[in-house]
Amino acid sequence: MSTAGHALGLRGITRRYGNFTAVEDVSLSVGSGEFLTLLGPSGSGKTTILMCIAGFVAPSEGAILLDGRDITGLPPERRNFGMVFQGYALFPHMTVAENVAFPLRVRKLGAAEREAKVRAALDLVQLTRFADRRPAQLSGGQQQRVALARALVFDPSLLLLDEPLSALDKKLRAELQEELKALHRRVGRTFVNVTHDQEEALSLSDRVAILNHGRLVQEGPPAALYERPRTRFVADFLGKSNFLQGTVRQAAQGRFSITIGNTQLVQALPAGAAEPAVGALALLSLRPEKIGLLDDTASADNVVKGRIVTWSYAGAGYTVTVHTADLGSLQVTLPTWRAPIAPAEGLPLRLGWSADASVPVEEDAA
Amino acid sequence: MQRASARLGFRPDPVAREARRAPVGQGFRRDAGWWALILPAVLLMTVFYLAPMVQVLAISLTEPQPGLGNYERLFTSESVQRVIGTTLRICVTTTVVALLLGYVLAYKITLSTPGVRRWWVLAVLVPLWISVLVRAFAWVTLLRRQGLVNETLMAGGLITEPLPLVWNEFGIVIGMVHYMVPYAVLPMLASMGEIDPRLLSAARGLGASRLTVFRRVFLPLSRPGLIAAGVLVFIFSLGFYVTPAILGGGKTLMVAEWIKLQILDLLRWGLGAMMATMLVVAILITLAIFSRMVDLRRIFGAGGTA
Repeated sequence: MSTAGHALGLRGITRRYGNFTAVEDVSLSVGSGEFLTLLGPSGSGKTTILMCIAGFVAPSEGAILLDGRDITGLPPERRNFGMVFQGYALFPHMTVAENVAFPLRVRKLGAAEREAKVRAALDLVQLTRFADRRPAQLSGGQQQRVALARALVFDPSLLLLDEPLSALDKKLRAELQEELKALHRRVGRTFVNVTHDQEEALSLSDRVAILNHGRLVQEGPPAALYERPRTRFVADFLGKSNFLQGTVRQAAQGRFSITIGNTQLVQALPAGAAEPAVGALALLSLRPEKIGLLDDTASADNVVKGRIVTWSYAGAGYTVTVHTADLGSLQVTLPTWRAPIAPAEGLPLRLGWSADASVPVEEDAA
Repeated sequence: MQRASARLGFRPDPVAREARRAPVGQGFRRDAGWWALILPAVLLMTVFYLAPMVQVLAISLTEPQPGLGNYERLFTSESVQRVIGTTLRICVTTTVVALLLGYVLAYKITLSTPGVRRWWVLAVLVPLWISVLVRAFAWVTLLRRQGLVNETLMAGGLITEPLPLVWNEFGIVIGMVHYMVPYAVLPMLASMGEIDPRLLSAARGLGASRLTVFRRVFLPLSRPGLIAAGVLVFIFSLGFYVTPAILGGGKTLMVAEWIKLQILDLLRWGLGAMMATMLVVAILITLAIFSRMVDLRRIFGAGGTA
């Protein structure tokens, strides 16, 4: 297989259904060979965007570019994109080999070349033994791999994946996630994936685009999104987060402080962020794993006291809800290995975090 | 709980014991109990269905004298052969035309939105609720020499003489196709409804044109429904009486009307019974052939996922 990836550009894509706007003014670019994931809750418009890229849905406004060429008006069969559908959409009346050969057959490839390519594609997903089976005789994971082979066999310019792992159980999902990632590295093609599973998005993608209510909220590499969420929605949707809202008291030297009730918190100003105005409201996102447990003598930029309301054991960590006087309930995760405390309801704790542990985020637009 | 399991350990409970002994004979007696439950249905079928059929068979072998004389006519009588030929020709034509029309309709209905689909299905079903007699006479008024069709064509100057549209095979086929289309649509609709629309999108996404999608994906997946509809329409057509009797005008005879003629007008019971028997045999043979090609349970069930 050739390694030529193609670049995809979305320019102001909007899609309306009557009065309902499913996608509103989404612009994105996907670099050659990149793995981009469209992430969002159901109804966020992510699948509609994928269908626009595939050509099954015509955008009401905007343009889709492939390597700079406008393909908005091109029917799906002439786009040369591979697609893995939700539920895989394998042809039940054909064998695995016939399914994989389908895109080659409609392209009128010679029998010898067709066979060689089908074999190579089945090798790629390690399903050569099952070539003569019907899809119904395969497990979910195997069907998924057939769908992948079928979508890749004709050297598509782009591979589109619509919730490719959602029909699988958790363990298999993790396995196939690894395979998909390895496959992407091997074929060097541009992948566009749609999912509502944030873990899948974080682990698979080079870049993630987060959508909500049909709008693009934020995009970037997974780590950047996780560490620097722009809005409350992003912080909440990617991983877990505590939200602290208070009034800005002073701002100086790359730091500012806010007060919530009688508690004063110090927040480091992230690179490139504007200094907030004194007296304005500020919203901070604080990840549960970035809160530490302090003994009586230790100090930190921010220190609060509280009591455990509920706790649960989750293997690698405890998930603890701590009630504090001014900040309300805080979610805290503590490692279980050599935990300094044995969690118990009502147990008093001192919690602390540094000024750069939390990040200021925007309230979501209504 | 503990006590129960201890008891189980010593002595298997009655159900388990029975299950183990079942193949020997106990099971048969228990099955007989179940069979008794459907006995009323079996009796009903025997008295009202099987017995008359056996009687028909008996008449065909005994009237006017015992022997295979009536069946000999199949090979010797030109009129018997002609009526069979006419019937088969009309049935095959009707089936082919009804399948074509029905397929187009079912395809159209399957691909339309749910709201539109309801109206389409209603439009297909409405003719079923109108008496076959009314429909046959309606066709006569439309197709006769001074009927709407001929008058319009003549007024438009397209023809000078009225076309023979009714009281011949053409008229019969029109009436029968009209009657059969719903029976062709329904099994095909069930079969097409089972086809995952994503398969069609997938095929297009993989590079197939609309025509190729239809030919390579939709058509093969709707095949069970097509065959089922074909069997249904063909078998129905074989024994059709009212429509051919009215639209054939007594000039073109199909098997059912011919049987009626033999028995009621010519009082040749043996010959009529022979033809009736042949009709049943023809239906059974058709079913036997097609049951090998497709699961007939799908006639009113579903296809497309196998």
